[in-house]
Amino acid sequence: MSFFDIIRAPGFWRRVRAMLTKEFIQLRRDRVSFAMIVMIPVMQLVLFGFAINTTPRNLPTAVLLQETSDVGRAILAAIERTQYFKITHRLSSAEEFDRVLASGKVLFAIEIPAGFERALRRGDKPALLVAADATDPVASGTALGSLGRIVELALKNERMLPDQTEPLFEIRSHARYNPAGVSSLNIVPGLVGTILTMTMLIFTALSVTREVERGTMESLLSMPISPLEIMVGKIIPYIMVGFTQATLIIGFGVFLFGVPILGSLFLLALLSTLFIATNLSIGYSFSTVAQNQLQAIQMTFMFFLPNILLSGFMFPFAGMPGWAQWIGEALPLTHYLRIVRSIMLKGAGFAELQYDMIALFVLMLFAMTIAVTRFRRTLD
Amino acid sequence: MAHASDIAIDVKGLTKSFDGRVVVRDLSMQVKRGSIYGFLGPNGSGKTTTIRMLCGLLTPDSGEGTCLGYNIRTEADQIKNHVGYMTQKFSLYQDLSVRENLEFVARIYGLGAPGKAAREMIERLGLHGREEQLAAQLSGGWKQRLALGACTLPSPQLLLLDEPTAGVDPKARREFWNEIHALANDGLTVLVSTHYMDEAERCHEIAYIAYGELLTHGTVDQVIEQSSLITYNVSGEDLQNLLHQLDGKPGVDMVAPFGTSLHVSGRDEKKLEAAIKPYRADKKFVWTRSEPSLEDVFIELMNRSKDNFQ
Repeated sequence: MSFFDIIRAPGFWRRVRAMLTKEFIQLRRDRVSFAMIVMIPVMQLVLFGFAINTTPRNLPTAVLLQETSDVGRAILAAIERTQYFKITHRLSSAEEFDRVLASGKVLFAIEIPAGFERALRRGDKPALLVAADATDPVASGTALGSLGRIVELALKNERMLPDQTEPLFEIRSHARYNPAGVSSLNIVPGLVGTILTMTMLIFTALSVTREVERGTMESLLSMPISPLEIMVGKIIPYIMVGFTQATLIIGFGVFLFGVPILGSLFLLALLSTLFIATNLSIGYSFSTVAQNQLQAIQMTFMFFLPNILLSGFMFPFAGMPGWAQWIGEALPLTHYLRIVRSIMLKGAGFAELQYDMIALFVLMLFAMTIAVTRFRRTLD
Repeated sequence: MAHASDIAIDVKGLTKSFDGRVVVRDLSMQVKRGSIYGFLGPNGSGKTTTIRMLCGLLTPDSGEGTCLGYNIRTEADQIKNHVGYMTQKFSLYQDLSVRENLEFVARIYGLGAPGKAAREMIERLGLHGREEQLAAQLSGGWKQRLALGACTLPSPQLLLLDEPTAGVDPKARREFWNEIHALANDGLTVLVSTHYMDEAERCHEIAYIAYGELLTHGTVDQVIEQSSLITYNVSGEDLQNLLHQLDGKPGVDMVAPFGTSLHVSGRDEKKLEAAIKPYRADKKFVWTRSEPSLEDVFIELMNRSKDNFQ
């Protein structure tokens, strides 16, 4: 029987209409789905349209001034005028220079060495040291490329300087942590976080709603077990699943893509476990709020999108406007990306990662509190 | 009134509404320890809601009471330790095997040797040889047995069974009831809700609930006696026609076909006699005065309470 015979069968459209009428009625009753139809496109457009910027500006920059001079000030002013850089940290020692870059608080660190002005006047072509955090090549690339010309232009107006037919100084830039700008070095650690977010959220987001839908919740509630016991018992097995998954991705990253692990493997394992537990707790809290499995999946998806787009996985975090960065700070993936990139590519240790670790911990406790308080102990 | 320790369930004035609709209204009941208490009533009459309030799954809007001496409002945790609740819908894990389900329950209740407890229960239930079967693959009757096994596993003092035999074949139902009697013999108190009249007659005491109100309670004989219902059994030809003529007549509260005969009942003897007088002379019919059945009593109670509420 051909396709045309099938659709010309008597009553074909009558039955199709019966089916689609039923679907519309069900869709109208399911308020969450209905909200999703409107919310997802609007939210995505507004949120991400404004937040995402592939040629990021106002990137946090640290400066180390080894001398105080008019030329130094002029260079800094010129750098800030480019709008690519925003001086957020003033450093006083070379150790600080390395540390602040490793911690991920700044993307650039600029050093004006001692005797810079004098060398400049003598025409010795002194060097301006610019170190960039190249773990995310997209974020640092544009700014670094534009630096030299812009600074030179700015110095043209300085009267005290000799004639400028050729460059007065050289900019010695270091793309740290990823000198070749290989994007897989940035992507692979990021993928660890993204994949874990998706799978962990789904696992626990379904766990309570599934019990409710299958009717097993009623007998579970009639037994002497507390909400906290149920939650902990449901989360722990998936921590092991997540850990296995993380090991697999990192292992592939190291052996297939040659991504290094410069820092402590133990610290990476420890903080990955924390990240896994945080996502599981968030998924579980969705599960206690959602009324059925479909809603739980929809909520997971709503949460997953900003995690991908606002965490610094796809687009440079530092390039986003302030409000978008605030949202980003509330997402576990943002913190984990810093952790995993810092440990693997920069060899960062416990001290540099304290803030992100505490943030993950707070997010986890927050989600767990919601879950335990929202968990209905009765069927009321 | 019996001594407090002889009472397993003692509640007063339980009321519960959902979205402004009263589901249980001012319900009071007492269940003696070691008895089988039948809970009867039509669908949506509030049986399940009452049972859920007794085991702490729902909080009553008003009313007080105790279950095994524990306050149903404040001591739900203790109640859960001593009460086995079998839900109307199968609520064990379909994707766990018989053994795994039983071991799970045993562990939640903190039984010393979960594996041993599960094995013993499998023997007792006659599920030997099926212990590795997934619960989803069991037939309706076996599922009920497993559910009963799971809620008796932690040796509760009180069993709350919500329509345990709905959709189960007669043989499995009989075995199920034999098991319940055996458990009651061991001192367990059983509250069981059901639609089946034959099951009601296997209970020590029954209560009838309709539209959220407890309408009558006592032993089966007491309930029938309290109804003061007069019933005639009519046999003969053309009963369908007679049914239509009698239905709705003053004095005739209820007419219903019963196999090849007709049950005609009324509360007021004189009015009933007056109503049926013209037909008693008819040679087509044979009239005999009989005891009302439990079903007659219940349907009449339900009709009467419907009049009160509508």
